[in-house]
Amino acid sequence: MTRVFIPLDSVAVALGADEVAAKLAAIEGVEVVRNGSRGLLWLEPLVEVETPKGRVAYGPVSEADVDSLLAAGLLDGGDHALCLGLTEEIEFLKNQERLTFARCGVTDPLCLKDYKAHGGLSGLRKALAMEPQDIAEEVMTSGLRGRGGAAFPAGIKWKTVLGAEAAQKYVVCNADEGDSGTFADRMIMEGDPYLLIEGMIIAGLGTGASKGFVYLRSEYPVAKAVFSEALERAYVEGLLGESVLGTGKAFDLELFIGAGAYICGEETSLLDSLEGKRGQVRAKPPLPALEGLNGKPTLVHNVISLCAVPTILAEGGAFYKDYGMGRSTGTMPFQLAGNVRRGGLVEKAFGVTLRELVEGFGGGTRTGRAVKAAQVGGPLGAYIPPALMDTPMDYESFLKIGAGVGHGGIVLYDDTADMAAQAKYAFDFCAHESCGKCTPCRIGAVRGAEVMAKVIAGNDVHGNLALIDDLCEVMTDGSLCAMGGMTPIPVLSAIRHFPDDFLKGDKE
Amino acid sequence: MREGLEVTDAKAQTIGAMDALIAKYVDAQGGLMRALIALNDAYGYIDASALPRLATAFNITKAEVKGVISFYDDFARAPKGEHVLRLCQAEACQAVGSRELTAHACKKADVEMGETRADGRITIEPVYCLGLCANGPAAMVDGKLRARVSEADIDALLQAWEHEA
Repeated sequence: MTRVFIPLDSVAVALGADEVAAKLAAIEGVEVVRNGSRGLLWLEPLVEVETPKGRVAYGPVSEADVDSLLAAGLLDGGDHALCLGLTEEIEFLKNQERLTFARCGVTDPLCLKDYKAHGGLSGLRKALAMEPQDIAEEVMTSGLRGRGGAAFPAGIKWKTVLGAEAAQKYVVCNADEGDSGTFADRMIMEGDPYLLIEGMIIAGLGTGASKGFVYLRSEYPVAKAVFSEALERAYVEGLLGESVLGTGKAFDLELFIGAGAYICGEETSLLDSLEGKRGQVRAKPPLPALEGLNGKPTLVHNVISLCAVPTILAEGGAFYKDYGMGRSTGTMPFQLAGNVRRGGLVEKAFGVTLRELVEGFGGGTRTGRAVKAAQVGGPLGAYIPPALMDTPMDYESFLKIGAGVGHGGIVLYDDTADMAAQAKYAFDFCAHESCGKCTPCRIGAVRGAEVMAKVIAGNDVHGNLALIDDLCEVMTDGSLCAMGGMTPIPVLSAIRHFPDDFLKGDKE
Repeated sequence: MREGLEVTDAKAQTIGAMDALIAKYVDAQGGLMRALIALNDAYGYIDASALPRLATAFNITKAEVKGVISFYDDFARAPKGEHVLRLCQAEACQAVGSRELTAHACKKADVEMGETRADGRITIEPVYCLGLCANGPAAMVDGKLRARVSEADIDALLQAWEHEA
């Protein structure tokens, strides 16, 4: 039997991986494994064949390529125009520092045995023998900060929930990954779902919570299917339930599906949605750590934050802290998206520069034209010009240039992009997605879009830009959450770095 | 008379099925959301007749139920077309031509963005990110993910739909 790996990842499937898999599975002597993606997304569907020398990669493979690949000796790792050599030797992959994504694409995502064989559950086993305080302390030591975008120190959150007295506490995973340009949560839930389950159980142990929910967006049907299956198997295998791995400690985990609202990625809005309500933002305080889901103490974390936890427990907080720079410790799965030649996932320690990611890993634009800008950190992130791309990707350095790392998404634009159109889109998106609770966001987004339309039409450009500046100040200072509060970031960064795009309609 | 009775029976049956569906989620965490998703999945939209039944089941007002339905993009309040094309409108797809692709698709299908064509065959909707951001423009075609969608892909798709029996 020759093992052939064909990803079940959304990208691979959207490009025909199911058809390739079906064709190869029909061949005698072939065992098809549906793995996660390695994150070399421009090469999907990436087919790998297990050989005595290691796994040999081919890509991108379409159904029509299968016959010629077989004729070229695919099953022995034979040479072919689509052959990429040994997977592990591909530069894009070789130059990464994979901690969280170490298993993604390597293992069979749904096989718990495979998970354990590749180091899975060693963090949990350690945690099961520790006191909750020591688990939270280990997370504190690691310096881990929330990977969803807010970058709040995780250890402080854990200690707050742990210290809160209540009959019921919760761990809630925010898998409402709505930022355009980000797909790390999706990839790990499809490619290594037990990692998230393990991270959530440890979080339960470290905070005294016996129940968890994963809030997943509905736009991720593959992640839903894979994670549901993993949950079911985790119960069967005794990883979840009344007695985690037979220790007598209970942890229950449920999947909850959203219904298409970007704002539900904001933690308090997510909690309201999880209570069956409109996903409206709550005023803080009270902090969710003290009064969260159903009014009970709740640890809310992004997928990637929770997926960093098993490594932190297995290798120690100090090990994790050794990666990164300054107060930005550990690794970050950066995501190269948009108009990029080599799009995909790059897990690196904090401190890699934006240019290394965009030019080194990404290889510039897909169209081959000059890079005009990178929007970093989703729809609420800044548009960054090439002149600033030597900035290291860490929370502090990005703050200094008026930007944020966010969830690590990087959307690349070539020189045909119109930044005034992008700035207007930022307001339009905010108007569409605002929960409506606070006035600066609800009204400000609509007014912003109107005024930006006047700028684009060349109507009193300078006067209207001044008005936008004023409006952005109100939204920044007066909004209840980051939706209204950070919409000015893409708008103002576009105006500051690409003024010509806004002045071109100017008739004066 | 006979025909009218049949209609009533069918309606009663649907309401019975609706109630059974709703009842499954009454005690669940976030039950109203789950019930709405289940109704939306089962019928393709949430009929106005479900509102009083949801309100009774969850012991809230009809206005509250309506407020939840209107908040979320996924909840449809009228049936959609036989085929649904969702085109990503977010930044990563914009960077690779989703605006032009969207204009092309709407023109070819002869339907406005977010609308269902008068003959009920095709709906084109915006979607804000399918997580295929390195391989845009992205789309969801009758629930299936598609990446690197070209104008030619759209043409082929629409042609296949138009030529269905």
